[in-house]
Amino acid sequence: MPFEKIVTKRFDNVDAHNLDTYLETGGYVALRKALDMTPEEVHNEVKAASVLGRGGAGFPAGVKWGFCPPGVWPRYLVVNGDESEPGTYKDRQLLERDPHQIIEGCLLACYAVGLTQCFLYIRGEMAHAQERVAAALNDAYDAGYVGKNILGTDFSVDIVLHWGAGAYIVGEETALIESLEGNRGMPRLKPPFFPAAVGLYGQPTIVNNVETLANLPWIIDRGADAYTAMGAENSKGTRVFAVSGHVNNPGVFEVEFGTTTFRDIIEGADYAGGVRDGKKLKAFIPGGASAPWFHEEHLDLPLEKVTIDKAGSMLGSGAIVVMDEDTDMVKACHNLVRFFARESCGKCTPCREGTTWLERILSRIIAGHGRPSDMALLTEICENISPGIAWPPKQTTICPLGPSAVSPIASSIERFRNEFEDYITLSDRRVIPVGSA
Amino acid sequence: MPRLNDSNVRIAAEIIGRYPRSKSALIPLLHLAQEQDGYVADDAMQHLAELLDITPAEVLGTCSFYEMFKREPVGDYRINICHGIACHLLGADDLIHHAEEALGVRQGTVTSDGISIEGVECIAACTEAPCLQVNYRYMNKVSNQGFDALVEDIRDGSVAVPKHGMLALTRQSIPEGKAAGNAMVESNDPPAWWPEPAAVEGGN
Repeated sequence: MPFEKIVTKRFDNVDAHNLDTYLETGGYVALRKALDMTPEEVHNEVKAASVLGRGGAGFPAGVKWGFCPPGVWPRYLVVNGDESEPGTYKDRQLLERDPHQIIEGCLLACYAVGLTQCFLYIRGEMAHAQERVAAALNDAYDAGYVGKNILGTDFSVDIVLHWGAGAYIVGEETALIESLEGNRGMPRLKPPFFPAAVGLYGQPTIVNNVETLANLPWIIDRGADAYTAMGAENSKGTRVFAVSGHVNNPGVFEVEFGTTTFRDIIEGADYAGGVRDGKKLKAFIPGGASAPWFHEEHLDLPLEKVTIDKAGSMLGSGAIVVMDEDTDMVKACHNLVRFFARESCGKCTPCREGTTWLERILSRIIAGHGRPSDMALLTEICENISPGIAWPPKQTTICPLGPSAVSPIASSIERFRNEFEDYITLSDRRVIPVGSA
Repeated sequence: MPRLNDSNVRIAAEIIGRYPRSKSALIPLLHLAQEQDGYVADDAMQHLAELLDITPAEVLGTCSFYEMFKREPVGDYRINICHGIACHLLGADDLIHHAEEALGVRQGTVTSDGISIEGVECIAACTEAPCLQVNYRYMNKVSNQGFDALVEDIRDGSVAVPKHGMLALTRQSIPEGKAAGNAMVESNDPPAWWPEPAAVEGGN
């Protein structure tokens, strides 16, 4: 099957962020083509390409677009560029290296769905990405690709660059909307707050990930058939994965979606080049900090949504983190749980209290003050956040952040219980109140 | 000068004008206040409340939620060392320990010459671990020696990073006459390019 790069195709060109270079390499061709089509035709093309959302949940973008209630105006587009899931490193590169591709993707979405204003929300810490996108937008406005009467047509839309200010939870789409309204970034309850129906300012709102939008110009330019010729049955096109941790050649790789395996991307010479220093693989995280861990026996699974879901984890945001045989799994687990404890927004009690207690108990274990009962205590707290500790997780919370903290604990205890017990057995058994360790 | 100065008030008006509802400009304006003073002063929050016609408590409520906003002076150079999982696996804890020793301060405190270090959550440079940011500018694959050299550069003024508060050096500017205009919630008009409905849908 033919495979070519879609979203990272200009990464070798250091000038790709400039409008002239973008135009010389096929930029805004898809926009011109789309403007000769009806919005419905553009929408149908994206639907036919069945491009899955690249933010984590993997919901088909074309279907999501169809959820806007008819006759309710205005509709908004909010671009989720709040990339913060540990291990994830793709959206920042797409924004920095090829910002016009994202802008063109936004325009195509707006045209197809009738979205009359676009807010491009970029994570606050990404100063360089903000600069590149601001410069690209300024050039695109000057050249008439964005704003009023785009390329002399009836199509008019403003793209507003918006900065975040440091909060992982804002990557959750309803929290993103709260934040964009100027509030604390706390998720909203669904229903009724499904953004496509009740989103920004209570209006129909499409929230799409940066990488999802980056696929659109190629799809419109080359057609859905060319797109679906790549990939597997339920995972079409290509996908970007960041492989980090204990590998010889950590990097960001665009691969054919659904056919490439974990072994290919972790061990392949053209990819991450295997576990470093000739060490053995102990475990790897297949899709960001929220995903349950995989092991040696999962290496030959293809990077394909349905297969990975069935195997008990997820591809999430395309973040593969490799841990070698020397990794202290209790510390790795604590690291991930600490992240969720720090980033809990505090709205739901099971998450706010639960992640905090999980972090404290793990700290206590690592500090040598663990108690034998701590193993059961960890599990009990996890149960209160995510009843049954199953995959996909159930939740007692509004959003999946709390249950995400359960993944590393369940994964590490299941496979590496002895490491926890070693810490506890070797502890000095003094009774130290939790939190003061 | 903790209230916004005249030039920043003009920038604030431009930013507010890009949103259908003005409170949406709050986070960008808090960044503007921090850019001016290096932190978000109480008087600046009062001023933003006036500009957005909301209460100072609402401004504080939003400001206090987000990690990047500092409500007291924090020094000119903030070194944020990533301790996310990828950096953790490749020695972030050792790097933070080294940084504390080298600067003689604990995480979260500021040296007398205005440098601070802090362990922060994943900053999206996982393949470049361990990494850090100086005032949100990246430094990749940082060794202890690399950290020492960075501190030296900061101290002798040769580091090419703006002082804390200044984020993006390029601002968006929408030229007059080229803006499509805000999509106001009250309008309820379909977009100009939207085809007329062919017929009334049955049953509705």
